[in-house]
Amino acid sequence: MNWTLALPEIVLSCSGLFILLFGVLQKRSEPSFACTMLTLVAFLVTGILVVVAPDGAGYHGQFVNDGFSRFMKILSLGAAGLAAILSLDYNRQEKTARFEFPVLLLFSTLGTLVMASSANLMTLYVGLELQSLAIYILCAFARDELTSAEAGLKYFVLGSLASGLLLYGISLVYGFAGTMEYAGLRQVLTGGAPLAAGLVIGLVFVIVGLAFKLSMAPFHMWTPDVYQGSPTSVTAFLAGAPKAAAFALLLRVLAQPFGHLAGQWQLLIEIVAIATMFLGSLAAIGQRDIKRLMAYSSIGHMGYAAMGIASATDAGIRGTLVYLATYLIMNAGTFGCILAMRRRGRALTRIEDLAGLGRTDPTLAVLMAVFMFSMAGVPPLAGFFGKLMVFAAAVQAGLWVLAAVGVVTSVIGLFYYWRIVKVMFLDAPVAGAFDHRAPSLSFVSAVTGVATVLFLLVLGPVTGAAQAAAAALFG
Amino acid sequence: MILTQIAFYLFATVLVLSAAMVVSARNPVHAVLFLILGFFNAAGLFLIAGAEFLAMILVIVYVGAVAVLFLFVVMMLDVNFTQLREGVQRYAPVGAAIGVVLLAELVFTVARWQVVPHPAPIAAGNGLPPGITNTEALGRLIYTDYVFLFQACGLVLMVAMIGAIVLTLRERPSAKRQDVSKQHARMPADTMEMMSLSLGAGTTGNHALAAGRDGFLRPHDGYGAVADEGGPGVRAPEDHEADHHHGA
Amino acid sequence: MHTLLTDYFPILVFIVIAAGVSGAMLGGSLLAGWQKPYPEKVSAYECGFEAFDDARRRFDVRFYLVSILFIIFDLEVAFLFPWAISLGHIGMFGFLSMLAFLGVLTVGFVYEWCKGALDWE
Repeated sequence: MNWTLALPEIVLSCSGLFILLFGVLQKRSEPSFACTMLTLVAFLVTGILVVVAPDGAGYHGQFVNDGFSRFMKILSLGAAGLAAILSLDYNRQEKTARFEFPVLLLFSTLGTLVMASSANLMTLYVGLELQSLAIYILCAFARDELTSAEAGLKYFVLGSLASGLLLYGISLVYGFAGTMEYAGLRQVLTGGAPLAAGLVIGLVFVIVGLAFKLSMAPFHMWTPDVYQGSPTSVTAFLAGAPKAAAFALLLRVLAQPFGHLAGQWQLLIEIVAIATMFLGSLAAIGQRDIKRLMAYSSIGHMGYAAMGIASATDAGIRGTLVYLATYLIMNAGTFGCILAMRRRGRALTRIEDLAGLGRTDPTLAVLMAVFMFSMAGVPPLAGFFGKLMVFAAAVQAGLWVLAAVGVVTSVIGLFYYWRIVKVMFLDAPVAGAFDHRAPSLSFVSAVTGVATVLFLLVLGPVTGAAQAAAAALFG
Repeated sequence: MILTQIAFYLFATVLVLSAAMVVSARNPVHAVLFLILGFFNAAGLFLIAGAEFLAMILVIVYVGAVAVLFLFVVMMLDVNFTQLREGVQRYAPVGAAIGVVLLAELVFTVARWQVVPHPAPIAAGNGLPPGITNTEALGRLIYTDYVFLFQACGLVLMVAMIGAIVLTLRERPSAKRQDVSKQHARMPADTMEMMSLSLGAGTTGNHALAAGRDGFLRPHDGYGAVADEGGPGVRAPEDHEADHHHGA
Repeated sequence: MHTLLTDYFPILVFIVIAAGVSGAMLGGSLLAGWQKPYPEKVSAYECGFEAFDDARRRFDVRFYLVSILFIIFDLEVAFLFPWAISLGHIGMFGFLSMLAFLGVLTVGFVYEWCKGALDWE
């Protein structure tokens, strides 16, 4: 057995245990700052190990390292690192800075890494549970606030339901195929034996369970409430790394073991993607709370990213991966701006509170506008390239309806993103300027803002990496 | 063989009935008790299927721990169940309609269900010598072949542990905790001061002396317990000292 | 399959005897006891008042914490059974793998100890 395959995961979990012990044994002061810094260092070290980790499958067919897992792990680690930086000052200001926060963030990220490397339905489930369980706790982290506790409870109950559906699907697949390994499933399915109805039902249950975690319509109900109720630093994480990891699972499960059943799942994903895009864009129009708006916006983005899966081609998966990369960058940046919305020490989340920001804090307003236009898919910002690639893949695969719906909903999306820009630049300021921005927020917003504007420069390498990842998935 | 079948139908019937009682019982505590009955019967079904280990785990973990937790939760929540039940009656027609639709879909699905002619063999079960018990067969796989998942499960359990503490544990500064090392480290000089009192001066003279040196006894650490600080029922430090004077 | 179930025959006998004895106790007292219930006799008596409210009281959330921690360690112990009986077969690797598992949970244990979650104030 090749131990070094899972070295990044082992190192990350050991450092998580170490940070937990460090935090609890540090009696003098609240060590949350030190623990967050240690977590960032652990992410960095893990990222380096991910890059150098060898390819191959191991641990008795439960774990696989390939270009795809590497791509998704880097995305997850990057998104989680940005979320950890964003949480630094916000948690301190909200008086929820406890050292368990970075530890739970780390273990949730560990879950996303395991998900990205799953080669077995059991690994899929355990990784997903590790990631979700830590997030349920994080959502209720500000436990004295009713909204936070409600968000945690709601996410937990509905998430458990989704886990139950997923497990039921897995058990059906196991019962009918006799194995849970992706490679074994692929063999069984390509063997030419008649396709059992139970297997298809199991596959549908698995897709439903994952669609729930991705908050794709019609399994999106939890998203707005959980996004709004959770502490904003948690929402920033929740909208990032876990989404990427759940996409990694969906892509791998659909492309590898069930690749030959594309006829069975393609239409399903197409319908779900259409419903998700419509819901995300239409429901976002009437929102007054920016976190709720971001929830619907992220639902919509999941729909666009699923478009690439629906096309079931190499190019489609490449598009999905590039889309996810741009989404994570924009998402971290937008939440950096949202976290900066504070007046007299109180966090604000209403869209009206942004009124006149163009005059009171032009830097923040310009950054926010860049992220909004990028999310809407305005060239030459990052979001445009992701959208372009998934639309092109859908057209190539002959899914004209899907592509047309994508274009229509993008136009609707442009409307509500434009509304925020309008409020910032054209409305008169209602209250004074925001409080002085914390350095961590400025850092994240600036870095992701530059990445969003200049994405064209790194488009080549990112697309190349995504191409390699997609090839590894099919190869 | 006929005995096995009788046992199966017995366990299955009681399981389904007790599951129905769990959702329909008026008293939530009764619902939990029916749940326990259900767990026992499920364990019986596992036994018949030959899964001894699962049966015993069901009894140990679910009956022994999870059901107790459910009881705590039921008693902790203090939900007005009659109020909840009113909602059930109002929404019953809608629920029934959805149920009928689902049932119809299920019937359609099962009607065209093709039983696999040759069910695929279960891969993990191969290669075990006969006569090995269920538990041992699991033991041979979990800790070696499935070591990655095993350790990941350990991490899941630990995250659950952190979660339970993060979400429910509150610092109670007003509570006095025993700190054994502090008690051991306590010296007589920390708490007691010997003074020489002048004879014949009476209480007034000695009182003046004591007031000048702020008391006969100086409790520093409250007998090894963590003193009140910042709690809701906190008193001013002068009060605290005065209390000990009375005690002395 | 059949031999497996016959192994449980003593337990079946045990359950039957237990059911018989407890049934006999309940049934015996029901039959032999002198019962004349009337409404005043069976109603709850509370110092001459009507009962104020339900006998159930809300539990403190601390009970919940204790039982969650108990479940976690209960599950951990459940993993020990198959390990203990197959230790001869899985060798040093299996032994170390369990040690690592216990090590992770020991870290959790140290955490909860230092946090004071095990103290009952």
